[in-house]
Amino acid sequence: MAINLKVNGVSRSVPAEPDTPLLYALRNDLELNGAKFGCGLAQCGACTVLIDGKAVRSCVTPISAVGGSEIITIEGLGSVDKPHALQQAFIEEQAAQCGYCINGMIMAAKELLDRNPHPSEGDVRAALAGNLCRCGTHNRIIRAVLRAAQINAKANGRT
Amino acid sequence: MNAPAFNRREFTAGLGALVVAFSLDPKVAHGQEPSRLPGSLQNNRRLDGWIRINADGTATIFTGKVELGQGILTSLAQIAAEELDLPLTRLKMISGDTGQTPDEGQTAGSQSVENSGTALRMAGAEVRAILVDLAAKRLGVGADQLTVADGVIAAPDGRKVGYGELVAGLDLNREASAKASPKPPARHKIVGKSVPRLDIPAKVTGGVACVQDLRLPGMLHGRVVRPPRYGSKLDSVDEAAAKAIPGVVAVVRDGSFLGVIAEREEQAIKARDALRKNAKWTLGPELPDPARIFEVIKSLPSKDATIGVKQGAVPADAKTFEAVYTKPYMSHGSIGPSCSVAEFKDGTLTVWTHSQGVFPLRAELVKALKLPATAVRCVHTEGSGCYGHNGADDVALDAALLARAVPGRPVRLQWMRDDEFGWEPYGPAMVMRAKAALGGDGKIADWEYEVWSNTHSTRPQSTNGSNVLAAWYLAEPQKMGPPTSPPQPAGGGDRNAIPLYEFPSQRVVHHFVQDMPIRVSALRTLGAYANVFALESFMDELAAAAGADPIAFRLAHLKDERARAVIEAVAKKAQWKPGEKGDGKHGRGIGFAKYKNLACYVAVVVEVEVDRATGTVRVPRSWAAVDSGLIINPDGLTSQMEGGIIQSVSWTLKEEVHFDKNGILTRDWATYPILTMPEAPKVEIELINRPNERPLGSGEGSQGTAVAAVVNAFANATGKRIRDLPLHPTRVKAVLG
Repeated sequence: MAINLKVNGVSRSVPAEPDTPLLYALRNDLELNGAKFGCGLAQCGACTVLIDGKAVRSCVTPISAVGGSEIITIEGLGSVDKPHALQQAFIEEQAAQCGYCINGMIMAAKELLDRNPHPSEGDVRAALAGNLCRCGTHNRIIRAVLRAAQINAKANGRT
Repeated sequence: MNAPAFNRREFTAGLGALVVAFSLDPKVAHGQEPSRLPGSLQNNRRLDGWIRINADGTATIFTGKVELGQGILTSLAQIAAEELDLPLTRLKMISGDTGQTPDEGQTAGSQSVENSGTALRMAGAEVRAILVDLAAKRLGVGADQLTVADGVIAAPDGRKVGYGELVAGLDLNREASAKASPKPPARHKIVGKSVPRLDIPAKVTGGVACVQDLRLPGMLHGRVVRPPRYGSKLDSVDEAAAKAIPGVVAVVRDGSFLGVIAEREEQAIKARDALRKNAKWTLGPELPDPARIFEVIKSLPSKDATIGVKQGAVPADAKTFEAVYTKPYMSHGSIGPSCSVAEFKDGTLTVWTHSQGVFPLRAELVKALKLPATAVRCVHTEGSGCYGHNGADDVALDAALLARAVPGRPVRLQWMRDDEFGWEPYGPAMVMRAKAALGGDGKIADWEYEVWSNTHSTRPQSTNGSNVLAAWYLAEPQKMGPPTSPPQPAGGGDRNAIPLYEFPSQRVVHHFVQDMPIRVSALRTLGAYANVFALESFMDELAAAAGADPIAFRLAHLKDERARAVIEAVAKKAQWKPGEKGDGKHGRGIGFAKYKNLACYVAVVVEVEVDRATGTVRVPRSWAAVDSGLIINPDGLTSQMEGGIIQSVSWTLKEEVHFDKNGILTRDWATYPILTMPEAPKVEIELINRPNERPLGSGEGSQGTAVAAVVNAFANATGKRIRDLPLHPTRVKAVLG
C-alpha cells in the first residue's frame, strides 16, 4: 500500500497501511523529527501537527484520513537559519529545557496565532492547556508565544 | 549557531580507536599514591582526556556529564571557553561516550558544575598555561609578557601565534597538575553571562534533538511485552498471530523477556499487541494494599542509622509537639517514553542511550549479556527529560536483547506510554515523624525526627547484582543485590533530614527500609523533597504554636549567613508582611532549604488559592531567592529554579502513582495527571551571585522548598494543615470539613 500525503507543501508517497498513525509516516518515512511520540493516546500533545490549519494529534490520526489535506509540521514553519516568528521567539525566550514537548507547544501556538493574532496571556494558557510540559518551562513558553505575536505585529506593521 | 549534527559517520567515528587514557591506573603508572586533584580530575587525571586542541584552532572538550535538558553542556562549555580564552563557537563538546570521554559516573545530584566544571576549569587553565609557554619559546619572549585573546597569543611587539599553530609541539597526554590558577571571577567574560543554550535551536525547528530521532541505515523497530505485574513468569506464548503481521522480522524470547522486531514502527506496535494477547503468565506476588502502604513500609525490616545528634538540656517547662507526614510513590513522568538504539556488529554492541550514566550502564549490559567490556560501547544521546532514574537504562538492555537477534541491523526501541508508567522505578513512598519541644522562650529546645524510606537509588551499579529490568526476567535470571543508600552528608532517604537550623538538642533517625514492594529509584532530589516538606511544615506548625511569624521564627533558629540572606531576600521580593494571615481562600507560605545541606540555598514563597467547594488548590504565584555561589549562567540557573518550582507544585498538588494488589494502575496521563499550562504558577526569581564562592549544584535546589511553601500557604489560607501528599481535592475537602 502507498498513500500520498501533502506535507509542508510537497506531495510525498508513503508506503504504509492506511491505518498507520500519521506520526510514524512523518517521522520514519518523511524523516521529519519535529513531531514526537509521547503517549499514542492524544493526551500529551507532543505529536501535534497542523492539518488544514487545525492543530491535530498525529499519533491517533490514520494516514487514510488525511490524504487530501494540507499537513504542516514544525519543519514547515522555518529553520535554524530562517526561523518562523514562533521559533525565533522560543529561542529568544530560551523556552525549552529537554524540548520534547516544544514541537507541540509551537504547533498549538501557531493555530492560536493564526486565528487570534493578539492573544492575552490567558488565551495562550488556554490554547496550550492540552499540551503537557514536564520540565516546568511553562512561563517561558507563554512568554515566547506572546513575543511571537509581537514579532508578527511588527512585521505586519512594516509591510 | 550550529545545531549538532547526528549522522552515521559521527556516531561511529572513534569506534576503532578507543581512548586508553582512562584505563591507566595512576598508582600503577607512578608506583605511588597519586596526589589529590580537584573535581573529576581526581579519577580522570590526563589532560587530553578533557581537552584537545585542534590544528584549526578549535578545541574539543570531553565530559562524562550529559545533557538532560538542564543546559549543562552550555554551562560546561562556558567554563572551558573562559579558561582557554576561546570563543564558544570554537569549542566542540563531546559528552557521555564510553569510547571517548572521562568516566564521571551518573549525571545526577546537581553535581555536574561542581565535579565536571571544576575539572574543566582546572584543566582549561593548565592547557592555556602550556600553550602560553610554547608560544613564549616560539616567540622568544617571557611567558609573562604574552597576552591571550580568542585563541591567539600575542607578544608586546605585535607578533602573534594561534593555538592551532602550536599543536605540533603540544603534548597533553600527561597528568594534570592542577597547579595553573584559574581566572579570578573579576576577569570572567563568558562565565557569569546568560549565554543562549546550544541545544535550543535544533529543538524548536525539528532538528535531530534526541535519541528518539536517530535514524540509522537499515534500522528496524522493536517493542517489548512486559508482564502483567512484577515478578511474573512467562509460561507460554503463541507467536503465530504476531509473526503473521507483515513486516515482522523476529519474535525474541529469553525466559520471561519478550519482544518483537519489525521493519516498521507501527508493525512492531501491532505485533506487540498480538503477543500480549497470546502470552500466558504465572503472576508474581501481589502488591501491598495501597490503603495500608505507609504501615507496610514502617513494618518492613530496616537498617537504622542515627544521624545529626546534638545533646542539650531540655527545659522543664517545654511543651512537646508531634506530627506525621507522608509522601506517596511518584513517577518521573517523562513526556517521551524511554528509547534506545542498539546495534550488534562484528561482535561489538553499540548502544545509543539517554542514560544518565553511560559507564555504569555499560557495566550492566556487560553483566546481563555476558560480553567483555571492550565489546560494548554506550553513547549518550539526549532524550526526553528524565528527572532521575526512569526507564532509560532498562530500555537500553531491551534494545540490546532485540539487536542481538538481528546482527548487523540497528534496532530502535521506544517504550510505549504504559511501559514507562508501569515499569519505571518510582520515587519511593516515605513516612516522616517529627517531634519537638518548644521552650518558654518560644524557641525549639529539642528536635526529634525519623524518616522511613526505601533506597533512592537502584541505578546501574548501585548494588553488586544486576540493576536493569530485563536482566531479572531472562531464562537465567540475574538478581539485584542488597540495596544501598548514599551516606551522609548528601544522603538518600535521609537527604536534608538533618535541619540546618540551630537546635540545642536533636536526634535524627534514618530507617532505611530494605524490601521494595514497588520498584523505586532516584527521582530528582531523592529524599530531600519529602524531608524538607516535613521539616519545613513542622517549623511552621511550631511557629504557629509559639505565636511567631514563620519567617521570624526561622531566622531566630538560623545562624548561617547565606541561609538568612536567601530568606530575607525572598521575604523582601514577595513583600512578606510579618504575621500575615490568609482569608480562608487565599494565603501565602514559605519554605527554605540548603539542598543536601551542601549545595545551593533556596527560599520560596508561594501564594495559594483554595476553592473550598471543589477542594481544588491552585498556586497562582511564587517568588524565590537562590544563592548558588559563583553563577555560571544566570538565565540557565533561573530556568532550573523556575522548572523545579513548577515541577514541585505539580508533584505536591496532583501526583501519586496508583496501584492495587493486582498491579500498577497508573498507565497514562489520565491516571497520572500533572500540572497543565493554565495551572502553572508565575515565578519570580532573585539570584544572589557570590563570585568568590565556589559554584554550587542547583538543578534540584527548589523542589523541597516549593512543596513546603505550598503546604504552609494552604495552612495559612485555611487554618488547616495537610500532612499527606498530594493535596488532591478529596483530601482537601476532607480536611476543610
